[in-house]
Amino acid sequence: MKHSQSHKTQREVVISIKGLYKSFEDNEVLKGIDFQLHKGENVVVLGRSGSGKSVLIKIIVGLMRPDRGEIEVLGLNVHEAAKKELRELRLKMGFLFQQSALYDSMTVKENLEFPLRRNKGHVSQPEIDEAVREVLDAVGLTDTADQLPSELSGGQQKRIAIARTLIMKPEIVLYDEPTAGLDPLTSYEINDLINEVQKRYKTSSVIITHDLVCAKKTGDRVMMLIDGKFVRQGDFEEVFDTDDERVKGFYDYNFIQ
Amino acid sequence: MDTISHQPEKHVISKGIDQFFTGVYDISKFVLQFFKEAFIPPYEFPEVIKQCYQVGYKSLSLITLTAFITGMVFTDHSRPALADFGATSWLPSLTGIAIVKALAPLITSLICAGKIGSHIGAELGSMKVTDQIDAMEVSAVNPFKFLVVTRVWATTLMVPLLTIYSAFVGLMGSFIDIHAKDQTGLTLFIHDAFFKIGYAELASTLIRSVLFGFTIGIVGCYKGFTTTQGTEGVGKAANLSVVIIMFLIFIEEMTIVKLFNPLYMQ
Repeated sequence: MKHSQSHKTQREVVISIKGLYKSFEDNEVLKGIDFQLHKGENVVVLGRSGSGKSVLIKIIVGLMRPDRGEIEVLGLNVHEAAKKELRELRLKMGFLFQQSALYDSMTVKENLEFPLRRNKGHVSQPEIDEAVREVLDAVGLTDTADQLPSELSGGQQKRIAIARTLIMKPEIVLYDEPTAGLDPLTSYEINDLINEVQKRYKTSSVIITHDLVCAKKTGDRVMMLIDGKFVRQGDFEEVFDTDDERVKGFYDYNFIQ
Repeated sequence: MDTISHQPEKHVISKGIDQFFTGVYDISKFVLQFFKEAFIPPYEFPEVIKQCYQVGYKSLSLITLTAFITGMVFTDHSRPALADFGATSWLPSLTGIAIVKALAPLITSLICAGKIGSHIGAELGSMKVTDQIDAMEVSAVNPFKFLVVTRVWATTLMVPLLTIYSAFVGLMGSFIDIHAKDQTGLTLFIHDAFFKIGYAELASTLIRSVLFGFTIGIVGCYKGFTTTQGTEGVGKAANLSVVIIMFLIFIEEMTIVKLFNPLYMQ
């Protein structure tokens, strides 16, 4: 368990959300939530499937529009930003999708080169090769460069997806269910990798999960999303030290007591 | 492009009619976005070339076979009717007109609709449901420019080239049939085949094939790009791409022929 940093309020805020609402037809999934991510911090957002966790980070990165609310990332209002500003902001953000979302017609190397080539036109081939080697080394998969994503295991695909976000040297990384569908041992390795990424690349991260082991291992701060609102936040123990049946029930069903 | 947001279902007229007009509005927006993005740098030339290879080279064998058989069979079917009037010497002209003006653009575009349109619909649909398109977007890469603009350019450029090729192969199929029965030489056949075809007719063929190519690319990309409902949605996107493309091709064919035909008559 990592040490809580939730009370270090003097730290720079990199993501700030105020009064965020989002509905799908008649289903209101986010009901006026407030959220802050500080520089260098890993925040875990816990919640049941369908509770709006993934919607939250898709709104942060500008893939979805909120119904109401203010979302500032690195000082920029995401949903009022011009296209160019949003593009520049996205260069400072990494996003790990639940299904990894590797481009299946490209090799691992081409997947990693893709954002670099298109966003940093002046980079030479030796520099690209070096960047690819560095991120593959960071995720421990140096020998997979010429393989297709379909030839990799689920855990390897997650690692390559993390490498793809790291190649742009992001300041913020958003992880959507990083351990979903993985066996416990591979999940453990991915959790280690998330912490390693934070240390090595000095990133701030939002980790969306319903996996309590992942939350406990990677979160500096844990926030519990229930019925469209954050009902608890603090370090892992603080969050579950409650009589709230909804929170206790979530803990009990994860079988880690 | 923002992920499509879900609004509460309220019908203005009826569900079907509303959906039709919403679809027309969405695809019009998609076409406008293509023209907006297609001429603004950065240009993805290597990807356009890669897609041209996919569209063109990989369709060659199927188009060769189909065009050759069509040319030969059409000639064979037409012979008895002309023979009744002692007019078999008009066979090269008849097949020339039929192949160059009608069969080559239609056959080529219908084959491309089945092979390329469905491929684009399924490929982009699968990328959509596995978040690969969103992954491009969050990597600060414009997925519309990289995926849609390149594919639409490729189909718009390659279908006319394939049409010219298919007309040539179809005429060769026809020539072999005529030569086998009437001992007509190649020079005379070519002369007779193009005797009744003017520049306006050639232009009409090319303009139609450019439009058909554009239709194949834009509809395939639209259906793929707007896929929902997981793997079932991917199947639907591929299927609907072909159905819509074929429907539009026939509508376009009829409209252009009706517009151009009065020009030939003058």
